[in-house]
Amino acid sequence: MVLTLVEHDEDGLDDVSLQALTLARDVAEQAGEPLEAIAFGAGAADVAGEAGDHGVETLHVVGDALDEYAPEAYGRAVVQCAEEVGTEAVLAPGTDRGAETLAHAASKLDVTMAAEVTDVEVGDSYELTRQRWGGTLIEHSRLTAETNLLTVAANEVSVTAPGGDAAAVEAFAPDLADGDLRVQLTAVEESDVEGVPLGEARVVVSGGRGTDGDFSELEDLVERVPNAALGSSRAAVNEGWRPHDDQIGQTGAKIAPEIYIPAGISGAVQHMVGCKGAENILAINTDPEAAIIQKADWAVVADLHEVVPAIAEELDARGHSE
Amino acid sequence: MEILTAIKRVPETGAKVSLTEDKLDIDTTSLGFTFSPHEECAVEEGVQLVEEHGGNATVLTLGPEDATEQLRSSIAMGADDGMLLDGGDDEWGPAATATAIAEAVEESDTEFDLLLFGNESADAANHQVGVRVAEELGLPCVTGIKDLEVDGGIATAKREIPGGSEVYEVDLPAVITVKEGLNEPRYPSMRAKMQARKASVEQSEPDPREDDLELVELEVPETDDSPAEIIGESPEAAEEVVDVLEELEVV
Repeated sequence: MVLTLVEHDEDGLDDVSLQALTLARDVAEQAGEPLEAIAFGAGAADVAGEAGDHGVETLHVVGDALDEYAPEAYGRAVVQCAEEVGTEAVLAPGTDRGAETLAHAASKLDVTMAAEVTDVEVGDSYELTRQRWGGTLIEHSRLTAETNLLTVAANEVSVTAPGGDAAAVEAFAPDLADGDLRVQLTAVEESDVEGVPLGEARVVVSGGRGTDGDFSELEDLVERVPNAALGSSRAAVNEGWRPHDDQIGQTGAKIAPEIYIPAGISGAVQHMVGCKGAENILAINTDPEAAIIQKADWAVVADLHEVVPAIAEELDARGHSE
Repeated sequence: MEILTAIKRVPETGAKVSLTEDKLDIDTTSLGFTFSPHEECAVEEGVQLVEEHGGNATVLTLGPEDATEQLRSSIAMGADDGMLLDGGDDEWGPAATATAIAEAVEESDTEFDLLLFGNESADAANHQVGVRVAEELGLPCVTGIKDLEVDGGIATAKREIPGGSEVYEVDLPAVITVKEGLNEPRYPSMRAKMQARKASVEQSEPDPREDDLELVELEVPETDDSPAEIIGESPEAAEEVVDVLEELEVV
């Protein structure tokens, strides 16, 4: 059996969980084993239909007893569920919670977890492809644990759904140990930053050193486009021009918009791994030799301080502005 | 407060990564070394907490003897002591690394209130050393933190989520793994760098336990380096840009 940890909200399973399920189904088919899943919290049973559509036969639900997120307790529950149903592998989405929960489980099982996995060949061992350096380097490695624990790299697996009946829901009550709830979500604070979060925007416009610290034109452009967000390069953050929350890159936000518009950004490797989820890239840069031009689909080779206001005007002229 | 921050020596990769002949490592012949932005913030946080609450900020690394360079960089940033777990030149797996660090913490004469890690290493990105150390030492652990306050033996830690942040409160001692953005790491002065060269670093040589993950080969991914279609070289290109946005149906 192959078990997958899935995360959900009021809209159902989240994207990275669907990606994890897609890779897990591939592992299960190669191993000739059924695919099962484990979900936590209120509303977990509601994703049975969607899980079934993605090939899950049984959905283990840890319900109200563990409603608020608690990483060590979640890790304990994953271990106990995996042992009870007899699983050869556990996969989790490569999110903060997925990685942290599975790392607890790995430590409790005394096995090594393989993180940021993009492909698995199942044989006597698991031959893995995983990402290093935010994806600028690919690692081929061999996992030989008694139970193979993997997190699936975000936005690397194309989601497919074979269709199928709703997963059978089975309640699972973990036997928690003292201290498993020492760390538990205490509160959720809403950001005072208005607008669309970078990771969810359909259009991302960002500025780097080429802005010389003036982001007002980029802000004006973002205001005119629905579902758009403003980002920046690490260089701009280091200059103190933008808060770190705006930073796109290996140690900042990972974006996956329909179109990404970097302006005055050279395109260092560490920046590009943050925007590799973008469907399209349109770069604005004065330097035709900039690395970003190699990575972009379209480029405007001109000064962003002239081009960006012209784009805003053109949007106004065509009646697109919000 | 007694604070331990763990860091990892990694090469400063440029625009293009090349591999050694056996494809088991990055060719570092012409590269400098550093530690990751997450870990720079972890070191800075340890130093700031000691400035606020008193105590000692210790920095630990497991790596080759040359990783002393990164310990000295941390000392130049204001850390008080360095500990090198000399692991030789081979890369250690995450389970072996965590066990060696946990044992070093247990064997230390210092009782640490807080152990700080980067959320994941810049190179291997195994996402688990901090959690495993916490599990081995029986300590609570919060990961991916971008805001931290310590008051009266309780740490309040915040993790960024889309549109806000999650808040966790934990009793110390605890393990906390952090992300860049937690603070603004200081640039050490030349004088601090000179003094750090003379600082003594405690050394030990742990033996690695086995990991279940074995590196077979590294690969530099093929990238699409076909140049972009240049749609303009002046502000008049705004028309073409808006055509693209209309075509993609995002305006």
